[in-house]
Amino acid sequence: MNRKDFFAVLAHKGIRREEGSVKLLSGLDPYTGTWDTPQIAHLLRRTGFGAKKADIEQLRSLTPAQAVNLILTVPGSQPSPPVNNYNATLNDPNVPAGQTWVNDSVTNFNPLINNLRVDSFRSWWVGLMLNSGINIREKLTLFWHNHFATEANVVGLAQGIYKHHAMLRANSMGNFKNLTKLVTVDAAMLRYLNGELNSALAPDENYSRELQELFTVGKGPDALWTENDVKEAAKVLTGYRINLLTLNYYFDAAQHHTGTKTFSAFYNNTVIPGQTGQNGQLELDALLNMIFDTDEVAKHLCRQLYRFFVYYKIDATVEANVITPLADVFRQANYDILPVLDKLFKSQHFYDTLQLGCVIKNPLDYVIGACREFDVSIPSAPLASQYSHWNLLYSQASFMNMNIGDPPVVSGWPAYYQQPMYHEIWIDSDTISKRVGMADAILSNGLTGGGATILADPLPFVSSFQDAADPNALVSHAIEYMYGIDAGPNTRAFLKSYLLSGQTDDIYWTDAWIDYVQNPNQTTLNIVQTRLKAMFKALMQQPEYHLS
Amino acid sequence: MKRRDFIKTTAPAAVMVPSLVNGISFAAGTNPWLEALAQSAQDTDRVLVLIFLSGGNDGLNTVIPKDQYSQLAAARSNVLIPENQVLALNGYPNTGFHPSMTGMRDLFNQGKLQVIQSVGYPQPNFSHFRSTDIYTSASDSDQVLSSGWVGRYLETEYPGFPTGYPNANNPDPLAVQLGANLPLLFQGPAAQMSMTVSSPAIFDQWVTGTPDPAPNTPAGDELTYIRNISAQTQQYAQRLIQAYLNVSSQSPGYPAAGTNYLADVLKLIARLIKGGLQSRIYLCGLYGFDTHATQVVSGQTTTGVHANLLQMLSQGMKAFQDDLQYLGIEDRVLGMTFSEFGRRVKSNASTGTDHGAAGPMFVFGKKIHGGVLGTNPTLPANATDNDNLPMQYDFRSVYASVLKDWFCVPENVLQNIMLQNFQYLPIVNPACITSIQEVNTLSEALILKAYPNPMVASCYAEYEVPAGHVRLDLYDPLGRLMKTFVNQYQQAGTYKVWIENENYPIGNYHLRLQSGPLQKTTILVVAR
Repeated sequence: MNRKDFFAVLAHKGIRREEGSVKLLSGLDPYTGTWDTPQIAHLLRRTGFGAKKADIEQLRSLTPAQAVNLILTVPGSQPSPPVNNYNATLNDPNVPAGQTWVNDSVTNFNPLINNLRVDSFRSWWVGLMLNSGINIREKLTLFWHNHFATEANVVGLAQGIYKHHAMLRANSMGNFKNLTKLVTVDAAMLRYLNGELNSALAPDENYSRELQELFTVGKGPDALWTENDVKEAAKVLTGYRINLLTLNYYFDAAQHHTGTKTFSAFYNNTVIPGQTGQNGQLELDALLNMIFDTDEVAKHLCRQLYRFFVYYKIDATVEANVITPLADVFRQANYDILPVLDKLFKSQHFYDTLQLGCVIKNPLDYVIGACREFDVSIPSAPLASQYSHWNLLYSQASFMNMNIGDPPVVSGWPAYYQQPMYHEIWIDSDTISKRVGMADAILSNGLTGGGATILADPLPFVSSFQDAADPNALVSHAIEYMYGIDAGPNTRAFLKSYLLSGQTDDIYWTDAWIDYVQNPNQTTLNIVQTRLKAMFKALMQQPEYHLS
Repeated sequence: MKRRDFIKTTAPAAVMVPSLVNGISFAAGTNPWLEALAQSAQDTDRVLVLIFLSGGNDGLNTVIPKDQYSQLAAARSNVLIPENQVLALNGYPNTGFHPSMTGMRDLFNQGKLQVIQSVGYPQPNFSHFRSTDIYTSASDSDQVLSSGWVGRYLETEYPGFPTGYPNANNPDPLAVQLGANLPLLFQGPAAQMSMTVSSPAIFDQWVTGTPDPAPNTPAGDELTYIRNISAQTQQYAQRLIQAYLNVSSQSPGYPAAGTNYLADVLKLIARLIKGGLQSRIYLCGLYGFDTHATQVVSGQTTTGVHANLLQMLSQGMKAFQDDLQYLGIEDRVLGMTFSEFGRRVKSNASTGTDHGAAGPMFVFGKKIHGGVLGTNPTLPANATDNDNLPMQYDFRSVYASVLKDWFCVPENVLQNIMLQNFQYLPIVNPACITSIQEVNTLSEALILKAYPNPMVASCYAEYEVPAGHVRLDLYDPLGRLMKTFVNQYQQAGTYKVWIENENYPIGNYHLRLQSGPLQKTTILVVAR
């Protein structure tokens, strides 16, 4: 029976079905329902990368609200910065191996070393995702990277790329309006969207447009800002320059447009009087106040958060039940981010059984998630080796169209904005082949590249279950912990067939497992190991595994 | 019944036309529709290659209006290409190419490259992703469509896709995206019609079990989507690898692998076409045209980012076209570039240009008219930040004409795909009616004047047209449609229209007259 027939049967039975699937009616009231592996794993996958078994067990003893409180408590301290992992490739005369390069003077610029540092940065970032504790910081930093997109290949200077990143990371759970101001005068952004070249003589509209269209008010049906608003805001934004030594901005009053800036009815016909000298900078606050006084900013951000963390379809019901009230929370909190996420992740809507498993994993979810779920071991020393393992994972995700540090355009990755497909864009014939290829490698001879090899061993995961000798129970556990969606009898039978190696009687697996547990030696280990790897490879290669 | 089957069944009836009974084959001008019918029966192997120039290409530094050099120099001195370095084009003394475009210049002079001037759409949108959506969905500026024009076209050819595909008659993906990803372009009313590939070598075989029914939830919808991609990938992969392996030799004219991204991709496309892949449409892309800053190297305006991009485009296109000839498939392939918008007439202080409106499109192949369709844009003497190039041709007229003459899509079907009726343009040759020279000459001969000009309170527009559908529009300096004065069938003759200054801000406006395939634009200055 194909999907259409299946729905036809449902329709015949009187089950309501509209616009592709059943309608979600739930809203933001606190969730108090079942709290078991599917719900816990859902929360962990959406707010992190994959759901580690140990993390699931830790959250099991908490209430849903306590679990969300834990996840939303981001570490107070910032991770130590990326270091020189590249000295064996090219000697860095200014930064010794193992020391951080982020504070090196820009006057020491060397393009080859700079490229190695950008690689070091990306590897380091993947390492943080891979080793994240139970908190949302890494996923949220990635959200802001997608939202306030910059491209490392345009920004160029590694120190500037890191500085921008550290700013997003440190403010990931802070205040959105404040973050917008920091981004506006951030050196990497001033370079990426040409703010550093924006001058009174010939205003450059690049940042002004994206500030409104992408970063704040958006292009929702009620975001009726005008082309003239772009030109006027560009004038407000003239004069910001980069201090190439400190990578801080400075304000060059001579380049600032001192005329009056007049905005459209969408902005209540706001007039920002021109200011001279260093006071010209005050116009930026006036501009942001004007923008953040509109209702659209909170709505746009809530839609962005929803599409990233919940699902990409926002129909009228979701708009009314989730987006609108969430935007109210955001505005009442003066654009603090925490209250919004708190409301969203504790809501009935977030745990709606109709909603589970509907997000298609992005490449980092897939690559890093798999490594975390299998708890792959990565050497912590020597340092160069640790970084090359991280780099291998970075390049896997990049092959699958998610190159962190370099989103394709200023609007971020198409999966988060391109209607009507959104998340489905992650999966095409090319990327699905690469995902399947990675599953094959990591559960066979190893994923290799740049001198690193990464292997997944399913044995510890399987051994943690008391009833691993029962192939049906084992398959059930694997599905429950690793799939975002329940699997039916065909899939279960298919996966079990790998444990039984084509035999039909469950006893073959049971005997093999018991034999291994009672007489662990190379022979008995090989027998179960081979079958487990085949089974988990098949599990990762099924369409279900792409769902989160 | 599918359209092609319909044509196959009805085509023999055309033999009843007396001229054919007398042994006279279809000559151009006899009956274009019959000719198109005849073509489509044999030309089911036609391929369209689309090259997306991502970021918004600066048309004024690509196809340079040499007759307006002083206006160009006034508006964009810091990015201006020196007049003596502009590449000359045979037969078009007033129009030239950027000096990086020697390969495309050669193609042009061989009649294998056609320029279509000032392509755009009314009410231009200056957002990259909105304007890309407009170009790929072929929507009006204020309309949001969830399907693409190529997707809708393919849906009419292969109704019901993907259910039942691949099959014996259609073993290959309908369209292939190679090194580009514009999902909206290939989005049909119900399904995505294209396959995305980076290289045929990547496909691994994997096994999937018998699927359980997908649940009636959003997750079930996504699961079904992934299952379809998974199943099709496994089947199509074999076909791609086979097509790839079928070709052992290509033209030596390509640049070394890894030195020109677009050339590498085009080379792969030529190989797949020659290897027997039956996909109809290929998409590839060249990225980085968003040249707000340092479009050129300061003081050396023929070098820099834009020059490098045009060099890649030109070199890749020329090598590809030569390879098609080498492989013996030149008759089967048509190429076309598009970009989400052009750039502003006036440059900015960062040796760059901001988002603009209309820009040139290129069509390349053996079976085209060649030449320059349309006139050089008319630039204002003192361009301001607000001045954009007015549109001469709607991009959808280009798409519609290509579908009509390359894939021989009948008028009524064409309207369903393009969602409205568009101006017919001579691009594909042999195809239908008028020659390009004829259209240009006749367009030139159209009379359109406004007086008094500059207009303060009001003015007259006076025009003379042959019998046919006539449209008269007023565009503001940004290229936004302000008012449509005439949009109806008119008898041949001279007409006069009263234009009121409806509190228009001062600036250089454009009056655009459209008469069947002909069009003419004139500047109307609004003053106080």
